[in-house]
Amino acid sequence: MGLKMTGAKALVKSLEDEGVEIIFGIPGGVLLPVFDVLYESKIRKVLTRHEQGAAHAADGYARVTGNVGVCIATSGPGATNLVTGIANAYMDSVPLVAITGQVATNMIGTDAFQEADTTGITMPIVKHNYLIKDPADIPDVIQEAFYIARTGRPGPVVVDVPVDVSRGETEYRRRDKPELKGYKPTYKGHKKQTRMAAQAILSSQRPVIYVGGGAIISNASAELKKLATQNNIYVTHTLMGKGVFPESHPLSLGMLGMHGTRAANYAMCETDLIIAVGARFDDRITGKLSEFAPMAKVIHIDIDPAEISKNVRAHIPIVGDARDVLRELNEALKEMRTGTGKVERKEWDARVKEWKEKYPLTYDRGKGFKPQFVVEKIYEITKGEAIICTEVGQNQMWAAQFYPMDKPRRFVSSGGLGTMGFGFPASIGAQLGKPKELVFDIAGDGSFQMTMQEMATAVLEDAPVKVAILNNGYLGMVRQWQQLFYNRKYSCSCLHRGRTPDFVALAEAFGAKGILVTEPEMVEPAIAEAMESDCPVLIDFHVDEEENVYPMVAPGAPLYDMIGDMLYPVEKVHPEKAEEPFL
Amino acid sequence: MKHTLSVLVENKPGVLARVAGLFARRGFNIDSLAVGTTEKPNISRMTIVVDVEEHSLEQVRKQLHKLINVIEIVDLDPEASVAREMVMVKINVNAENRSEVVEIADIFRGNIVDVSRESITVEVTGNASKLSAFEDLLKPYGIKELVRTGKVALPRGK
Repeated sequence: MGLKMTGAKALVKSLEDEGVEIIFGIPGGVLLPVFDVLYESKIRKVLTRHEQGAAHAADGYARVTGNVGVCIATSGPGATNLVTGIANAYMDSVPLVAITGQVATNMIGTDAFQEADTTGITMPIVKHNYLIKDPADIPDVIQEAFYIARTGRPGPVVVDVPVDVSRGETEYRRRDKPELKGYKPTYKGHKKQTRMAAQAILSSQRPVIYVGGGAIISNASAELKKLATQNNIYVTHTLMGKGVFPESHPLSLGMLGMHGTRAANYAMCETDLIIAVGARFDDRITGKLSEFAPMAKVIHIDIDPAEISKNVRAHIPIVGDARDVLRELNEALKEMRTGTGKVERKEWDARVKEWKEKYPLTYDRGKGFKPQFVVEKIYEITKGEAIICTEVGQNQMWAAQFYPMDKPRRFVSSGGLGTMGFGFPASIGAQLGKPKELVFDIAGDGSFQMTMQEMATAVLEDAPVKVAILNNGYLGMVRQWQQLFYNRKYSCSCLHRGRTPDFVALAEAFGAKGILVTEPEMVEPAIAEAMESDCPVLIDFHVDEEENVYPMVAPGAPLYDMIGDMLYPVEKVHPEKAEEPFL
Repeated sequence: MKHTLSVLVENKPGVLARVAGLFARRGFNIDSLAVGTTEKPNISRMTIVVDVEEHSLEQVRKQLHKLINVIEIVDLDPEASVAREMVMVKINVNAENRSEVVEIADIFRGNIVDVSRESITVEVTGNASKLSAFEDLLKPYGIKELVRTGKVALPRGK
């Protein structure tokens, strides 16, 4: 016999049994029974000011801790406000459980007050979702939801709980493990495929490791480093893979793709073997697909079989967990390497080194107040040891380019969905998950205004995040594209800096600290002051308005065709002139 | 090219919406879809006919597999499976031509399931081309209403 209790009690007890320590959200009519029980629970409740903020905060918390993030919202508008956050977690494979209130089961389908078809609305953006109809199902559903969210390729799971289910009575029973007939993720890679991959690596003249967020999720850093260093292979990472391989390492090529380094993109053009680890050949990575890595054989390691050969054909697919597969691959390589085991590819090394030296990421340091300079200074003063959250757009790309990372789970950014307004609430979640760490949100003035009401949350929850607004008075990336591709016609991209808002006054109004910085000399002291404060601090950097993110591959262009040449000598990479592929 | 997928799913609310939604948002076309229970009450079988190229078929299968409620997917080889579809056709008839229609139905091993003064309803089971041939023959008489079930199929033997 299980313990008799209400559905709401069973729900909260299930969360406690899953080890949930913090939950982000906002109560509402149909959730009152649940919040009534939560009041007495040891789970920390963080009241955000908008449900979108709750979802992003849970997301940020999940990314830095590796735990499942939990958010909660009421029926109707509460649930629909979560939608952006859920979609964001889905695109970036973040383990998230979203609990939504629902109208009573006998009211479902009647267009009742605050009714929305939450499971229907979220179906395309979740790993799975549930509508609980019976309080007796609560423990099993919550257990399954957490299991699905964190295993395999992680993702968001929505659990919709009608109010009468919360109020109803049930017995609490917990199974040892969930029973899911149709869900069995593959962790171990195929042995034969792994050996084929090892063979390909040993015979490759110009291999490149292309690593994404999947390697961070599976905690594969150590195995990845082994693979790269023991076999002398250059590594390029996606935005989501930032930090999984130390960017300070000589084998790192930095980020690839639309705003990646020339070294990384050129290497992709001439490589004869791509070793893709937990990455999905997104359009921002490949550029023009038909001209992407024309000579490369592809080894694709991913836990999600549907990602393999979706955009780029994989010659050697390996379905499995990145860490497990890399461990096996390293063992196979160790066995198969002959002689001294030292792998040398002198010509390739020289070519890549030349690119790296010739084309470092840089900007015009001569005049003006550059946003890149601000990011560089933050890097310098924090010694590269802060957790960096970003918004979306130019600020995000500059953060990725000028804040190199040597460790995983410290760069929190909306990669797949590209959600402006993600960074700030995510930074609150990250700060609460890692209270001892220094957390910066590198923001734009446009993005920050999308979720800035969460400043109240940061203040009340003692989350001393530092918001660095690279304020150029524009939706900067939109403006950049308008400048480059639409004849500099700035249609609806100007935000009128100087007229509204006064960010410093805004921060003060919320009870945080605000600092205005209008010239480069003020940057260092402002950052230092922010770091000394134990409250949330907003620094409003009034940087140059028309600075662009370079280098850049125009949308739809091939990777070798990079613009931003005012600072660089023009060099075309000619894939056709490189050696023939070995296969 | 047309492929017939036999998909075992957990018999849970919303499963059909999940499958149909997946096809819609990934841009895969469903030719026909038939759902029903199996010998196990908690498991249903969907027979889905899709018209896609080999590469897309791979994606369809993999994406379907990602649905938590999908247990098993088999791409049925037409040579190694049996497939049937049923059609019911209501045809305009009068005293003069009724027997002709009944004759045609007989040739197709159809059953008369309803008769009235002005119409006759025939049920025929078979593969898609047989049903289409049947339909064509009846067109001159005037088809009032028609319904097809969509294909159901099982692998042969074992």
